[in-house]
Parts: sequence; structure tokens; C-alpha cells
Amino acid sequence: MKVTEVLGRTDYRLISELIPNGAKVLDLGCGDGALLEWLKVHKQVEARGVELKRELVQRAIARGVTVYQGNLEESLKDYPDKAFDYVILSQTLQETLQPLMVLQEMLRIGKHAIVAFPNFGHWRVRLSHLFSGRAPKTHLFPFDWYDSPNVHFLTVIDFEDLIRKQGWHVERRYFAAGHWAGEMAPNLFAEIAVYLFRPEP
Amino acid sequence: MIVETQFTLIPSLTLDVGETLKDVTVAYQTYGTLNADRMNAILIEHAFTGDAHAAGIDHEGKPGWWANMIGPGKAFDTDRYFVICSNVLGGCRGTTGPSSINPATGQPYGLKFPGITISDMVRLQKALIDALGIPKLLAVAGGSMGGMQVLEWAVAYPEAVEACLPIATTARHSAQQIAFNETGRQAIMADPDFHAGDYYYKTPPARGLSVARMVGHITYMSDESMREKFGRRLRDKKSFGYDFEVDFEVESYLRYRGSQFVGRFDANSYLYITKAMDYFDLSAGFPSLAASLERARSRFLVISFTSDWLYPSYQSQEMVNALRGRNHDVTYCELSSNYGHDAFLVDIGEQTEIVRGFLARCVREFRPLEVLR
Repeated sequence: MKVTEVLGRTDYRLISELIPNGAKVLDLGCGDGALLEWLKVHKQVEARGVELKRELVQRAIARGVTVYQGNLEESLKDYPDKAFDYVILSQTLQETLQPLMVLQEMLRIGKHAIVAFPNFGHWRVRLSHLFSGRAPKTHLFPFDWYDSPNVHFLTVIDFEDLIRKQGWHVERRYFAAGHWAGEMAPNLFAEIAVYLFRPEP
Repeated sequence: MIVETQFTLIPSLTLDVGETLKDVTVAYQTYGTLNADRMNAILIEHAFTGDAHAAGIDHEGKPGWWANMIGPGKAFDTDRYFVICSNVLGGCRGTTGPSSINPATGQPYGLKFPGITISDMVRLQKALIDALGIPKLLAVAGGSMGGMQVLEWAVAYPEAVEACLPIATTARHSAQQIAFNETGRQAIMADPDFHAGDYYYKTPPARGLSVARMVGHITYMSDESMREKFGRRLRDKKSFGYDFEVDFEVESYLRYRGSQFVGRFDANSYLYITKAMDYFDLSAGFPSLAASLERARSRFLVISFTSDWLYPSYQSQEMVNALRGRNHDVTYCELSSNYGHDAFLVDIGEQTEIVRGFLARCVREFRPLEVLR
């Protein structure tokens, strides 16, 4: 069974392909634990999650996933170095207050990091901003500016730039929009970008 | 179905203070059936004034103290698990304690009973589990003082427990928690009927014990739950009496709970057990709490409650962070409740759901003893 058939999310499908059998995985902002449960069942991973929302934590526990209820930015420091093979941050980077610290901590506690984020450079976002003259509202950014959880609006170029500056090594990158996936002008066409990277080349 | 309390005799138990107790009686109850491979046993740890009667109905028709969590189809599902609960060492509900007869003198121990610790209690439970022929427990679970015993199990017998569920508890008492216990102890010892603990066959120190219980009860509730339950309502009167009799509903409630307690609990047990709680410090002898938990091999489910001010969430988070620091498999959830510390006994909806899910997973992932060795 494909992970999208269970979870219906492109980023989850990509992430599930990147993780090998039996890996130790930490999912930051793991929600109700659906991805971790899928990885446990289909890839026999040792799964851990962090989630802030109480109801989601309860659902994750009820489905047998190990999850810590807490703020992911504050909770990272407690994990020892290289405790995990993969640390996942899916569609949450834009919500963190200190994204650089989060990414650095991910690479401290994990051998590899997987980050998926919505691309603010997508043409639909650009058009929305250009024509409405207001904070963009699209299906990826459906919130009004005043109640959006997103505090950072990064693009594929921005992320590439940061990776280069930090000297991190990209192992795989994946761009997708609906059924489209490819490398062509990703900053314009990708709605979702998924990066697998590690600290050193 | 009516449950019977059973008894077993442990020939000798060496205590942390260095003394050895002979012929220690342990009172316990069991629910459900131990399966053929002996991998479905769960030990339930009672809180301070609890006893072995955790589930089902006893001869007086009273339900067990955690009957809403233990039973067929409940969180600790007795159709699937073999559940054991024993009265703690130092207790007064069947297990050897200060009110038991000292074989050396033929008189009740009273204050001659040796000082006890949480680890002594757990050592006695391990002897019981061995006597029942269970090599490894599926889980050890309990709230409050029960949670301290759970933590002690995790580090004292790491190989013998698949999963630990410390609920609404702490790895060590804070000054505030010790202060409440000391207030209770002083109330008991100030009672003119206390007679240095030698009150058996005489009038028990009922007033002191009752006051101690009243203090305890206040700490178990929350500001909100007391407001909801009593407010400032008067008890059977329209105006104040100005005579120090009961005016408010809450006064009546506390007096009732205090006097009721006197009938079922021994004042000396109160002294010994509260001291055991105050002495408890999982990190004692280690550089840090995390270092003390290094030995643990269990999976953990830690639960705290938002309105619990006696064992606040920060104490649970402290142990959870220590466990995460050693990369242990720890699940943590702070449940929402208005009931204060009592929440783990009364607010069982969400607790049931997560305990059930967690246990089901521990069954699937159970590691028999030989795998760990």
C-alpha cells in the first residue's frame, strides 16, 4: 500500500521513500502520528514524535506511537547527539520562530535531516500577491495574515541559499505540485519542496 | 464478581535502613487470567492511602479504588491482561506495617517498626511477583505515590518490566510536598491520644489523623473543582453561626472525609508512608536524574494533568526530559482536567484511550527476558 493512499499527502509519500527499513526516526510536529505509524508498520522504523497539540498527541498515543507533548523548538536540546538516523520536519519550518536553530539542532541529533516546506515562490503565490496587493492567500497559504501559523515565508531559492551558506550537503531534493514533480524552475513551479540533507559532504 | 484479597508470606526482607524484617505478609488481589507464556501481567501500584482492592467489588460491595480503569474492556482490560495490585509495605490493609504484631515482642510494632522507603516497597513487590512465577511484567502502572514505585521498578528491576506508566507523580518530592506531609505528621503526633505511637488497644489519635487527612484532601483537589463542588454554600443553615461549628459546605465535607479516614487507616502507617515518599529521590547517588534512569529498559508512558498542583506537570516533564536525554522510548501527555491531583482517579476518559493504545503496542512489541540479555 502506498503511503499516499493512507495519508493522502505528497510530502509524506516522498519522505517515506527516503527512509530505509529499520531506521531510527524522529518526526517533529508529528500531528496524530499517521506518518510514524505507517513507517513503523511498513518500514519497521523506531519511531518518535514531538507534537504540541494535546488532542493530536492523544490520537498518536492511542495508535501506538511514541510521542512527546511539547514545543518542538524547546524540546530539541534534550536529545543526545546523533540519536536518530533521520529527523523529519514536515511543513512546519515556516511556523518555527528560530528556523536556523531548529535546522542546526536537527543535524546535531540526527545523521540526516528531512525538511518539507511549502514554497512561497510558487507562481500562484506570486500572482496572488501581485494582483490582489494583499498577503497571498492560496490553498497552500489559506490563512488571513492575522491568524496564520506561518511566521516565515521562505522559497526554494532561500532554502538553497541557506544550505550553501551553512555548508550542508544535499543528498536528495524533490519538488512537487499536485501530480507534477520535476526539476524545472522549481522556485516557480514547486508547491512543496522536500530536502534530504546532512551536515557534511 | 466479588474479589478476594489474598495473602502471601515473604520469609525475609532486607530494608534500606539495614534491618531485616521476618515473615512479611503481603496482601494482594488479582484480576483476569495469566496467559500460558506469562507475558500479560500488569502490576498496579496504589497511591498513599490506597490498598490492594483496585478493581471489582469486595465483600462489602465497595468498588476498587481504580475500578473505572481496571476491568473487562477498560483501560487495563482484564479480558486481556492479568492485573495484580498489592498493599504496600508499611500499610495497614493486610500487608505488614506498624500495626502488625512484632514477632519478637508479641505486641504491635508501633514506632518500633523500622523506617521504610519506596525501594523497600518495590523490593517486596518483586518478591511477590517472583512468588507468582512471573519472569517479566508487561507493565507497572500507578499514580501519585504509585508512580514513584513505578519509577523505582524501572531502575531497580529494568529487565523485569516491559513498560512503565508513572502518572501524576514525581521523581522526588519538592519542599512544598514535604511540607504538606510534615503538617499531617505533626497533626498526628500532637494528638494527646498518640502516646508515641503506642495507642493500639487504646483510643487512636483520631483528631490528629483526621486533620492530616483534611490537609491531604485540600491538596488533591483544585481551586476550580472546590469552587464547583462547594463554592461558599452554607451547610444546613441560612446564616453564619459565629460558633466555629460547620458553616460552609466545604468544612462539612473535609470533616466527613477526615472522620471517615480514621476508621480505615492507621496513624502510624500515615507517618511511615509519608516519610517514605519524602525520602524518595530517584536521582540519589547519581550525578543527575538522567543518569539514574540510564539503567531503565522499559518503554514509558508519562501522564500529568493540567490542574494538578500537588504533582505539577513540570515534575513529570523533568523526568520525561531526563528520559529523552538518554534516548529512552518515552511518551508524554499532559491531559486537561479540572479535578486537580485526583484527576488520575476520576477523569478517566482520555486516560483510558491512551493507556489502551499504549498497552496494545507494548503487547505487540513485548521483548521476552532472553532477548534483553
